Amino acid sequence: MTTELWLRDPTAETAPLRRARTKPPKSLDGLTIALFDIGKTRSDEFLDQVEARFAERKLKVRRYAKPTNAKVAPPEVIDRVAEEADVVLIALSD
Amino acid sequence: MAEKLEAKYSAATQLASRRIEYGEHDDPMEVCFARGWSDGLPVTPPTDERILRMLKGTTRAPNEVIGRIPPYLAECTVEKVAINAVLAGCRPEYMPVLLAALEAALEPVFTLHGVLATTYFSSPIVIVNGPIAKRIGMNSGLNALGQGNRANATIGRALNLIVQNVGGGRPGEADRSTLGAPSKFTCCFAEDESDPEWEPLSVARGFPRGASTVTLFQGHAVEAFVDQKSRTPEALTRSLGMSLVKIGHPKLVQSARAVLVLSPEHYAIYREAGWDRRRIERALHEATIRPGSELVAGADGVGEGIPASRANEQVPKFFEDGLMVVRAGGSAGLFSAILPGWLAGRKREELQPVTKEVRA
Repeated sequence: MTTELWLRDPTAETAPLRRARTKPPKSLDGLTIALFDIGKTRSDEFLDQVEARFAERKLKVRRYAKPTNAKVAPPEVIDRVAEEADVVLIALSD
Repeated sequence: MAEKLEAKYSAATQLASRRIEYGEHDDPMEVCFARGWSDGLPVTPPTDERILRMLKGTTRAPNEVIGRIPPYLAECTVEKVAINAVLAGCRPEYMPVLLAALEAALEPVFTLHGVLATTYFSSPIVIVNGPIAKRIGMNSGLNALGQGNRANATIGRALNLIVQNVGGGRPGEADRSTLGAPSKFTCCFAEDESDPEWEPLSVARGFPRGASTVTLFQGHAVEAFVDQKSRTPEALTRSLGMSLVKIGHPKLVQSARAVLVLSPEHYAIYREAGWDRRRIERALHEATIRPGSELVAGADGVGEGIPASRANEQVPKFFEDGLMVVRAGGSAGLFSAILPGWLAGRKREELQPVTKEVRA
């Protein structure tokens, strides 16, 4: 005699969606670069330096930040980055 | 027997979670490990019978959605809570406490995503107040922060398993803790409310006496505090201040909160002198104020520290409400415990402990 044996799934029963990564651009010329401050101490100092270096190379830069590193970025900030920038540099610094 | 029959004849209509079938020669405990449902310790296989029994611990419908669990913001129903409670080894009567703890964890100001994803040591610390604690047999006495009590051990464990299994927050993936801490398995205890003169944590946080509550704190356990010689509240306060300023790093301030678990023998020193919660907390706050010149980066030849611009300030270790005192522990031992908080609390209003009332 065979008995049916099963357990119930404790997970959310979701499956990850695989998407191909966007290829990195060959050059940053003409692109808008988002510099994204995640809210850690001194992230802004680090990004100031990066911005200065990019400025020397005449690259177009926009700054974004999330209010605190304790929380995920608000969706509207992510939407703005997606809308206004071509590439993003997310900085971590302590 | 009733649950056996119910499981056989009506589980299919009552339970929505998918079945994970296994072979007759498979060990269900090994199936749980293989599926990644464990925190590293054995879990109780979630059979229909056990889940149905667990659901009897709450009046809430199995399909009620409690919220979305980070990091992947997956919807969590009462049924999923019950399945994870089975895994953790809970009894059905723990369900109301577990559900309240989960609701507290999902308040935005608890920042559960950050607590999970941080490189720091933190996880949810669960503190239970009110009559429910006794009713379900929780430990607030000897070894309250240790092993051996089923409710203490499994409620905290179930909460972490929900984040892992429903939210997808796994160590090495979204959980980026550099070293972790044993308290990431579980850290849950009840406050000792045996002294009617003591204001319980729940009351201090705005709930009426007699209400059952769960308070969640972002931290890890434990740092020992030993003072076997101070006999006055002033001396004990100064002594506690010396230990409290060390959490994280002695030169880091206003970035972490802390819970002080005051043992009966230490509490007796305050009680005999007529000090209540407010007075103790205020005095401890003052005992952690130090000259900024000692704390600035570079002072004492140590790189860590606060900005040089604060050298002339008198700097408290915590924000005004950054220290919560809780009573617990066995009757012998002039030891107390410090539960240090997550260091991400630099922005006081962004990161707070959360208290929720326990409902049926």
